[in-house]
Amino acid sequence: MQDSASRFGYFVSPDRQIDFDRNNHEVASKVAAAEPGLNWCISCGTCAATCTAAKFTDFSLRRIILQVKRGELKGLAREAQKCMLCGKCQLVCPRGISTRNLILQINRVLQSENL
Amino acid sequence: MKADGKKLIWKEYQKEIADDHYFYARSCIRQNFFPGSEKAFTRIMKDELGKDLCDNQHHTSCTGIGYHTDVVPFETTMTVIARQFSLMTEAGYSNYIASCITSFGLYTEIIETWKHFPETLEKTRDFLYKATGREFTVPNNLAHASDIIYKFRNEIAAKAKYRLVDKNTGSPLKVVEHIGCHYSKMFPHKGVGGAEYPYVLTGMIESWGGEVVDYPERRHCCGFGFRQYAIQANRGFSIACSRKKFDSMEPYEPDMIITNCPGCPMFLDRWQYALSEMEGRTYGKDKQGIPVFTYEEVAGMLLGYDPWQLGLQVHQVPAEPLLDKIGIEYDPEAKFKGPNGEDMGKPAAPSYLKFYQE
Amino acid sequence: MSKHVAVVGAGIAGIEAASILNAMGHSITLIEKNEILGGHINHWHQLFPNRRQGRDLLEKLYEKMDDSIQVQYGKEITSIKPFSGKFIVTAADGWVTNADAVLMATGFDLFDAHKKEEYGYGIYDHVITSADLEEIFIQGEGLNPRLGKDPQRIGFIHCVGSRDEKAGNIYCSKVCCITAVKQAIEIKELYPSVEVYCFYMDLRMFGRHYEELYQEAQEKHNIQFIRGRLSEASENKQGGVVVKVEDTLLGKPLKLTLDLLVLMSGMVAPVAVTNMRDKLGLAKVDDGFLKPVDPHTQANLSELPGFFMAGTATGPKTITDTLTDARSAALEIDRFLKEII
Repeated sequence: MQDSASRFGYFVSPDRQIDFDRNNHEVASKVAAAEPGLNWCISCGTCAATCTAAKFTDFSLRRIILQVKRGELKGLAREAQKCMLCGKCQLVCPRGISTRNLILQINRVLQSENL
Repeated sequence: MKADGKKLIWKEYQKEIADDHYFYARSCIRQNFFPGSEKAFTRIMKDELGKDLCDNQHHTSCTGIGYHTDVVPFETTMTVIARQFSLMTEAGYSNYIASCITSFGLYTEIIETWKHFPETLEKTRDFLYKATGREFTVPNNLAHASDIIYKFRNEIAAKAKYRLVDKNTGSPLKVVEHIGCHYSKMFPHKGVGGAEYPYVLTGMIESWGGEVVDYPERRHCCGFGFRQYAIQANRGFSIACSRKKFDSMEPYEPDMIITNCPGCPMFLDRWQYALSEMEGRTYGKDKQGIPVFTYEEVAGMLLGYDPWQLGLQVHQVPAEPLLDKIGIEYDPEAKFKGPNGEDMGKPAAPSYLKFYQE
Repeated sequence: MSKHVAVVGAGIAGIEAASILNAMGHSITLIEKNEILGGHINHWHQLFPNRRQGRDLLEKLYEKMDDSIQVQYGKEITSIKPFSGKFIVTAADGWVTNADAVLMATGFDLFDAHKKEEYGYGIYDHVITSADLEEIFIQGEGLNPRLGKDPQRIGFIHCVGSRDEKAGNIYCSKVCCITAVKQAIEIKELYPSVEVYCFYMDLRMFGRHYEELYQEAQEKHNIQFIRGRLSEASENKQGGVVVKVEDTLLGKPLKLTLDLLVLMSGMVAPVAVTNMRDKLGLAKVDDGFLKPVDPHTQANLSELPGFFMAGTATGPKTITDTLTDARSAALEIDRFLKEII
C-alpha cells in the first residue's frame, strides 16, 4: 500500500492530537508509585532553565514529566537518558521534587516496559 | 443526549427565508462534482413547489475559491458580487439564493461589511459602474439553497414517494448530517440553528423520516478548505480530516451522510476511495463505504426522481445499497448509459471499496 | 428617633450588615426575594478553604441576628427612588417602604452555562455545573444515581463564563479555581479510584490556604491539572463526554473522554440590579456590577448619598471578602446616618 500512497503523491497526515483515552498510562502510575514527585510538578520550568543539557539540546525535564503524564511516550526513552544527573534541577525545584530520583525512575520504568 | 436542549438553541437561531420569487446563483464546482443536484433543485422549486425561480446564465463565479486562497483581493470580490446583484436587480428580483456554501458565506460577509462600512458599498458601486456601467440593489433576503429546501421540507415530505426508512424493518435510517464550514461558523445567526448545532439538515432528515446521528467529530471540517486541497503536498491533511470524521461516526453504523456544501460531499465521498487504496481501510457495512449525498439528491430520491438523472452514478461510494434499503426503484443497466442510452463506459473497480453489482 | 435602613438582599452580605447596623441602634428592614435567608450558601455543601459546611456558616450568622431586625420575604425589589432625603423602596407585589439609607446587598447570579453552547450543558447528559455538583453533594447519594455506575473519569472546566469575551464577561470570578480544587477533592474522597482532571487557563490560588489546598489536591489525591481551555465537548455513543483542549504546556491538542464534565460557572451581575443602577443614573461598569465611588477608600459608596453597596453586588468576592465588605458598609452607613441627624 506504500505504492498506492506514492501513486497519490501524498500520505494521510499523522494525527498529532494527544489521544488520552488510548495512550499508555501504566508508565505514569509506575513512576508515580516509585517517585510521587511526578504528581507535584507544576510545569514552572525552573529545572529546564537551569539544566546544562537544555542550553545545547532539546532536553527538558519539564516536558519529559508532562509526556509521561499524558502517555506521549514515543522517543521518550532515548530522550530521558540524556540527563547527566548533575542534580542542579533538584536545587531549584520550588515543589521540592526529588528530580534525580524522578528521572532515574522514568528511565527504569521505560526500560522495563521496553519502550 | 437531550433533544429539548437543542430545541432551545434552535429557537435562538431562526432566520427569515423568503417564500417565493428567487434569483438563483449556481456553484462553480457542483455541476462537475454532483451534476444532478442543481438541476434537481430547480425541478423541485418549479415542478413540485411551483415557485418562481430565475436561473440566470450570465452570472459568474463569486471568486470564493480565489478569495479564500488569497489570489483575489476583497475589493475585486465585492465588485464581482455586486455584478451578480446587478443581474438580480435587472431581472426584477430581490431574494437571492446561493447554491454554494462558500458563496453564501462570502455574500453574507460582504453584505455585513457594507452594513458596517457604508463607504465600501459606495466604493463598490463606483467600481462596478466604471467597469460595466451596471447598478445594483443589495438583496432583501439572502439564503443558501439548503435554507429553501429546509423551509419547504414538510411540503416535500408530503409529496415524497419514499421516506428515509428501511423498507424491511420500518425503522428510520441513521443519517449523519454534515454542514459546510462557511454556512454558519462565520455568522452563526445567518444559519438555521446556529453554528454549534445547526438545524438546517437535521430538520430535513427529521421531516423525511430519518434519525440524525450526533457523533463526537460532527463539527469537524471535512478537510476541503481550498488551501490544503489546492496544493498536492497538503492533501494528506485534507484526507486526514475526513478520516477523523469517518472513524468517529463509524460506531454508529450510519446509513448515509447528507451535506449542504459543494466540497464536503466531494471529499467525504472520494476520500473513502483514496483511503481504501492507500490504507486498505473501508467504512460502512461489507466494505461498501458510507454513501454521501447532497440534500437535493436526497430530496430528489425521495420524490421518486430517477437516481441516474440525479447523477448518483458519479458517486465514488455506490448509492445502490441505500436505494435498495429504502426500496427506491432504479435500472441497474442504465447506470452508465448517457441520456440517449449511449454507453458511457464503466469505471474500473477499486481494489478494496466494494463496487456495487460488479 | 432611630434611622431606618433598607438592606436589599438577605444573603451573607445582607445578614452581616443588618446584624451590625441593628446592634448600632438603627432600625433595619432586611428584604429578601426568596422565602428563606442565606442566598447562594443554602446550595453550597462545603466551603473552601477549610471545608466547613455551608449550613454551619449560615447558622453562625443567624445567631448574631437580633429579632428586632424586620425581615421581609418574597419581596423582589423593582424600584428604588430618592425622595426628599429618603428612599422609596418598592417591591414587585406593591409592598413599599421608606428608608434613610439603602444597602444593596444584591449579590450575584450564576453564569448561565447554557450560553456556552459548545460545552453542551442542557444537551449532553453528563455535563453539569459546579452548582449542580454542590446539590448532588447535599443530596448525599453520590453520582451513581445520575451516572448509573461508579465514575472513572471526571473533568472540571475552570473559567466558564468568566474571562471570556464571547460570554460578555472579561473579569475573573475569583472563587471558581479554588472551588474546583475543593470539589475535586470531595469527589476523590467519595470515589478514591476516580481520575480527576482540572482544565484551567491560569490557576488563581490567591487566598489564604488556597495554595495549600491545591498542593493537597496534587500530592494527596493525585488530581491532574491540565493547562488548556475547553474548545468543545461532544457526546460519544456510550454517553461519555469527549472534551477537546490544547495541552498548552506540551503544545499539542488533546482529547479525552469523561464520565462527567463539571463546568465551573462564574458570577454575573443580576440583570434587575443593573437595570436599577441605570435607572438611578449611577456610574456604569461594562460588566453590569455596581460601581463604587473609589475602589480603595470608598468601596461601599455610590455617588448618591445614602445609597450603599456591599458584597458581590460590586463584583466577584469570596465569602471572607464579602463579610468584611459588609461590615465596612455598615460602618459607612452608620457614619452617614449620624451626619444627617
